[in-house]
Amino acid sequence: MITPFPSSHPHNPWLAHSVRIQRVTQETPGVATYDMAFDDASVAESFQFLPGQFNMIYLPGVGEVAISISGDPGQRGVVPHTIREAGNVTKTLARLPLNSSIALRGPFGSSWPVESCVGKDVVIVAGGIGLAPLRPAILHLLKHRSELDELTLIVGARDSSLLLYPERYDDWRAKGMNVLVTVDRADESWHGCIGMVTAVLDRLWLRDASKTVVMTCGPEVMMWYTVQTAIRRGIPSAQCFLSLERNMNCAIGLCGHCQFGPEFLCKDGPVFCFDRVASRMKVEDL
Amino acid sequence: MSHHTSIQPADVSVAGLLRTDDLQQLIDALIAAGYDVIGPKIDQCAIVYDQITSVNQLPRGWTDLQEPGRYRLQQSDDSKYFGFAVGPHSWKKYLFPPQSIVSTATRTENGWQFSTDAPPAPRLAFLGVRACELAAIEIQDRVFLHGPWVDPIYKSRRDAVLIVAVNCTSAASTCFCSSTNTGPRCRSGFDLALTEIAGGFVIETGSESGRAIAARLPLESVTEHHHAEASSARAQAEAMMTRKLRTDDLHDLLLGNLKHPHWDDVATRCLSCTNCTMVCPTCFCSTVTDVSDLTNDHVQRERKWDSCFNIDFSYMNGSPVRNSIASRYRQWLTHKLASWQDQFGTLGCVGCGRCITWCPPGIDLTEEVVKLRDAVHANSEDPS
Repeated sequence: MITPFPSSHPHNPWLAHSVRIQRVTQETPGVATYDMAFDDASVAESFQFLPGQFNMIYLPGVGEVAISISGDPGQRGVVPHTIREAGNVTKTLARLPLNSSIALRGPFGSSWPVESCVGKDVVIVAGGIGLAPLRPAILHLLKHRSELDELTLIVGARDSSLLLYPERYDDWRAKGMNVLVTVDRADESWHGCIGMVTAVLDRLWLRDASKTVVMTCGPEVMMWYTVQTAIRRGIPSAQCFLSLERNMNCAIGLCGHCQFGPEFLCKDGPVFCFDRVASRMKVEDL
Repeated sequence: MSHHTSIQPADVSVAGLLRTDDLQQLIDALIAAGYDVIGPKIDQCAIVYDQITSVNQLPRGWTDLQEPGRYRLQQSDDSKYFGFAVGPHSWKKYLFPPQSIVSTATRTENGWQFSTDAPPAPRLAFLGVRACELAAIEIQDRVFLHGPWVDPIYKSRRDAVLIVAVNCTSAASTCFCSSTNTGPRCRSGFDLALTEIAGGFVIETGSESGRAIAARLPLESVTEHHHAEASSARAQAEAMMTRKLRTDDLHDLLLGNLKHPHWDDVATRCLSCTNCTMVCPTCFCSTVTDVSDLTNDHVQRERKWDSCFNIDFSYMNGSPVRNSIASRYRQWLTHKLASWQDQFGTLGCVGCGRCITWCPPGIDLTEEVVKLRDAVHANSEDPS
């Protein structure tokens, strides 16, 4: 696994980098992908992130919001974020014209264990917008496809209009990923699978469960039952990873908001091995 | 002779005796060395920390009576300068200010420009830092300086501080620093330390800066008699301390009983008022918000103390994660006494008792731990 962050950070963690909204791609209702480009060429050159890490997107005068990076970790210069309109910051962002000046701090947090997937089978399970934080891992693994055995993506959404990145699935299939799609509710235009992602995982052919890595992101209850299903299928819980979400304010482990028991989600997470957080996931209001 | 001498850090040594009448010279020496002196003084019927220039501002001859939910000042029967425990303030208000600006943004023709430039930190000399407060500063050092990210505001303020500690010679009823092993004796983490005895102060130095200040004072040599008196004055604080907290089982007791009904019992008394977190010398939670001028061309990011007792603190996706008082009290207590150990290797509690005194209904964390422990044990012994 790649080191989540270096041991010391010489720069001021509160200093934001100016970026421009270079491109906006409408994805699903209320969800768009914003490609952000750094104003400072040297920042653009040096900015690197690991799959699963997040940035604090900053709109001066409005506020900051923690957003996972949804782009290719190998690509320099432009950083895509897939964002749902939810609060003040994201709703204001949705109204900004192209080329608007905003800012970001980052990258922060832990990452998907893509490097420990070498020689293994990988099952990625995404619910709704939960596919966005997994996309960098998908792009990384597709680039290193020959180092893996089986690679499967199970995507679920409440209905087909809420499936994220549907136009990319064929490309991903062509590059060697088994993409299985399911929706909770279907209309007459839907000809695919209906049901929960766990039902798909239940029926999935596993070459060798003991050598399978699961990465999941979506609603907490979905991730919980995804891992329960994986365990029932014989996949070791220590090989199941998920990305948790809590209120984040500082992103550097100093403000206290994102605590989940002993974990600060911003610096110890957001990506965790299931075993590390399992006992707390079923405690209400933690 | 003090039996503690052998376990003092190597650079701590007794410098001499400062006569009571010469205490002003200590303040003068600190000011001459370029420090603003912050010390205890009486304001709004409480002993608080504020800038002082004269010994006449110190609460000489006053003591504090503290109980759960109660704090009263009272004239004592001696004329000690430091014959009280700790009040509602702690030194964190200077190192981690209740309000500070972490960055600024300015709109220009070329887009937003950002700055984290800050005015230089004030050079402050803290006069009257108790052992529990030294421990609290050490704990906040671990949070703000020794994690993967360093907080620049805390660091610049911390680097500019000189600490004059005072050994407690009495204890409030709410004190329990013996239990948390954070006092009452000041052992390290200070530049100078004072023990108040009849006629003067036995002065110890703990750093080069402390020795430089001590060198400017009219110190007399410390006799066997002075040593004995200082030792017994310090022992008195220990002897007066009645409140206790068993700490060895806290981690598993609290984290192993997150669903225990006792949290609902505390919630019937807790007002979720945040007082305990505001007076706590180690609580570090904060929120940064944007404050802009009317043109929205100049924006400051302001960091303010926040509290896990505020309902908005855990707000996410349209609702708070910790919607009940029980869940918020549980978060506070389990963090302070249990998960803090996982995060930073120590308790988050230094036994100062402020959260007990300043809790309006007088909830006492040491008592809540006992009640939870008893309930858990009673249940496990119940054959049914």
